[in-house]
Amino acid sequence: MLAQRKPRPTLLTSESYAEIDRWLAKYPPERKQSAVMAALTIAQDQNGGWLTSELVNEIADYLEMPAVAVQEVATFYSMYEHKPVGQHKICVCTNVSCMLCDSERIVKHLQQKLGIGFGQITPDGKFSLKEVECLGACVNAPMMLIGKTYYENLTPEKIDDILARLN
Amino acid sequence: MATIEIDGKPYTAEVGQMLIQVADANGVEIPRFCYHEKLSVSASCRMCLVEMEKAPKPVPACATPVMDGMKVWTRSPKALTAQKAVMEFLLINHPLDCPICDQGGECELQDISVGYGKDASRYGEEKRVVFDKNIGALIATEMTRCIHCTRCVRFGQEIAGIQELGALGRGEHTKISTYIGQTVDSELSGNMIDLCPVGALTAKPSRFNARAWELQQLDSIAPHDGIGSNIHVHLRRNEIIRVVPKQNEAINEIWLSDRDRFSYQGLTAEDRLTVPMIKKEGQWQPTDWETALQAAATGMKQIVEKYEPDQLGGLASATATLEELYLLQRVIRGLGSDCVDHRLHQIDFADQAHAPLFPYLGMPIAEIERCNTALIIGSHLRKEQPLLNHRLRKASMNGAKVMFINPIAYDFNDMRIAQQIITSPNDLITTLSGVAKALLVGKNNVIPQQLEDLLADTKVTEEQQTLAQSLETGDHRLILLGNLATSHPQFALIRALAVAIAKLSSAKLGYCAEAGNSAGAWLAGVLPHREAAGMPISTPGVNAYTMLNKGLKGYVLLGVEPELDSYDGAKALENLQKAEFVVSLTAYVTDTMKTYANVLLPISVFTETSGTYVNNAGTWQSFTAVVIPKNEVRPGWKVLRVLGNLLNVSGFDYDSSEQVRSEVCEKLGQKTTDNLNSWQVPNDLSARKIDGLQRITELPIYATDMIVRRASALQFTRDATSAKGVHVNSNVAAQIGATEANVVQVRQNAAKISLPLVIDERVPDGCVLIYAGQAENVALGSWHGWVELTA
Repeated sequence: MLAQRKPRPTLLTSESYAEIDRWLAKYPPERKQSAVMAALTIAQDQNGGWLTSELVNEIADYLEMPAVAVQEVATFYSMYEHKPVGQHKICVCTNVSCMLCDSERIVKHLQQKLGIGFGQITPDGKFSLKEVECLGACVNAPMMLIGKTYYENLTPEKIDDILARLN
Repeated sequence: MATIEIDGKPYTAEVGQMLIQVADANGVEIPRFCYHEKLSVSASCRMCLVEMEKAPKPVPACATPVMDGMKVWTRSPKALTAQKAVMEFLLINHPLDCPICDQGGECELQDISVGYGKDASRYGEEKRVVFDKNIGALIATEMTRCIHCTRCVRFGQEIAGIQELGALGRGEHTKISTYIGQTVDSELSGNMIDLCPVGALTAKPSRFNARAWELQQLDSIAPHDGIGSNIHVHLRRNEIIRVVPKQNEAINEIWLSDRDRFSYQGLTAEDRLTVPMIKKEGQWQPTDWETALQAAATGMKQIVEKYEPDQLGGLASATATLEELYLLQRVIRGLGSDCVDHRLHQIDFADQAHAPLFPYLGMPIAEIERCNTALIIGSHLRKEQPLLNHRLRKASMNGAKVMFINPIAYDFNDMRIAQQIITSPNDLITTLSGVAKALLVGKNNVIPQQLEDLLADTKVTEEQQTLAQSLETGDHRLILLGNLATSHPQFALIRALAVAIAKLSSAKLGYCAEAGNSAGAWLAGVLPHREAAGMPISTPGVNAYTMLNKGLKGYVLLGVEPELDSYDGAKALENLQKAEFVVSLTAYVTDTMKTYANVLLPISVFTETSGTYVNNAGTWQSFTAVVIPKNEVRPGWKVLRVLGNLLNVSGFDYDSSEQVRSEVCEKLGQKTTDNLNSWQVPNDLSARKIDGLQRITELPIYATDMIVRRASALQFTRDATSAKGVHVNSNVAAQIGATEANVVQVRQNAAKISLPLVIDERVPDGCVLIYAGQAENVALGSWHGWVELTA
């Protein structure tokens, strides 16, 4: 029979594959690509918050998709990162509602406190800062997202407190 | 049926049709960029917005299905405002570089902006800039010009079958790109250039060579595969600038394979022969036509007189025209020899007397996509005939069961393959016997008793059983024999078994033509056993293989480089060099040619001569010359006509190629071919004895004939560069202790050469894949046999 030309999976752990398989099971077998977003998230989580092209390739092989199609998804959604991020990725909303509630002050405070700008990582690798669009928490603007937690009604003092706790 | 109203006029339409289709069918113009009739609807450009009754907003005509009683306005103030607004948005980021853009003058964006754009831009901010990527030798990119219509992306997904381009990023940051550093390698990639509505993707080989309005458009037929794609040749002052497809839904639709599109570069190759040359006292010298033709005629006559007539052989390429081929066999036969052949890739001629009239596809090309069940035996169809493969792929997407029996696990661009059996060339007979046996159960008197008896001891494997079962489903069934079958050392047996399988499964049987005019070569009688129109000859001459392998005293070559074009190039070269007299009618001159030839006659190639090609489906397509050949180059049929006159062959007074054509036509009359009754019942079904690693030989897509081999851009594609070296799978590599890129010793018979090793998991165990048409491999000799590898 024909030998498969696929490289052996090397980067993703068996736990990650098990997790991807759990998602694959939700879709018909010929629609493996339906699991691409979940697979990318799983790969990103395993890799410390960002995706490498090797990971994208591996997912493409596993889901039997062209690599460029996986990359299309990975570059379309802003949740996927293509450069290293800090241990805590701080996403600050600067969209209309937050802006009206002075998110500029929040951003300035964060930048001063951490000594980094958007798209940068603190030297100790703990934090990185990212500007994002509306995350749907306008009712409690200004807000930010760290990891999977929303922090709302932000003030500089509250930020100091949150960062201290994360440290 | 639905009746709708567009701009106040009533039209009837099918329910489910999109508005834009109805408008197009009735000549109502709606501007568009992303919509394309051959691609899925993406509705991303919004240029086709029209006003619809009872709809609050304008709707995209490309994505709005018609409903009975629908009223639509394409030029109302509301529609025009929407269209103009979209136009303005599209132009925000589009650079104003039309004067240096290759698309300028034939640009959809440019054309539509004349009608819908403003005379001045209101946009004063910075424009988007996208850096260009190198995506290969055929397509030039200027991605700042891209308007994100995604036609190229959809073409990859839907037509080429392999998505190589994607829309990365989103919104303003969207970029059409390949995946990190990759190239576009599809054999149909050139079509993306045609589809691109702007100058983002343009043809690299013709980039910056001409402006669209300087070009003259003339029609011709592409010579490189059995499809016979219809083409427009674009010329400026007698120079071919580029080749683009001409729509013919029955043949190539609107597509063109890269081989047919870019091969024109070979016409102006540096080694083009432009004056007749003769060898005098060992020295080559240019001469005039009279001297050269006289020398050719004298030389040929001498061979016939000194030895026997059948010591003179004629060998022709099936890329020559029907007229050239017909006249060549008439010249050779006029001298009393029946040694004339075009089947240079073949070795088994055992049943040639029973072969069909010509290699017929078994059905019209467009019928292929209506097949429900297809079995392809021995074919890398995707590279042999890219557009035939496209039809088959369409059938598979429509749910047809497509199966392959191949020596290599070829990649068939995401075609839905029901089953693929990989079998070494040697096991092919056993596999086919197994399938035939499986089908035989419960059927009487379908195939001759003699064949039934031969199959009696055949064992059927599970794999063969499954395939046989699938073959008995569907209404339209097709068995197709590919080029790897034709060149197989047991081709006659394969044919017999294929016929048996076809009869037993009530399928049609088809052959894949090897070159653009293979069918024409059969009909023209460039065969040792048949004259034109299939008239049998009682005592046939010798076939191409024997001519080149046993050696003759004299040869007439028409458009061939036998060392690269024949089954055993090494032996062919040796015998040509031993021959007393060789005249080559050729478009090119090489150092190798000079070692064996005595007279070189410069003939024209496909765009420079009038002529006819007969395609795989038996369609005759005639064309006229579109360029005047350089210097002393003359159309082959004229050269052969004069040669016929000089040799006093009777009836050689043709004034035009049309006369030659009608002569063949008359001889052919109403004759048709019947693939299912053209075969010979075999006496034996046993495979050959295995004696080492089996050589598998494929003639790669960009080495099929003299012109293609000289098309420079094509030679830089992955299909061309990956045809080098000796390909084995990792098991075989491990056995000989070699790894990728190691140089290994390859021994075949007495020949021994060094080639880089390529690990290729498509190759089965016990086999070696070595490509044909490669100068480095010629010394190895025949296309099949036993190979020894040492690290």
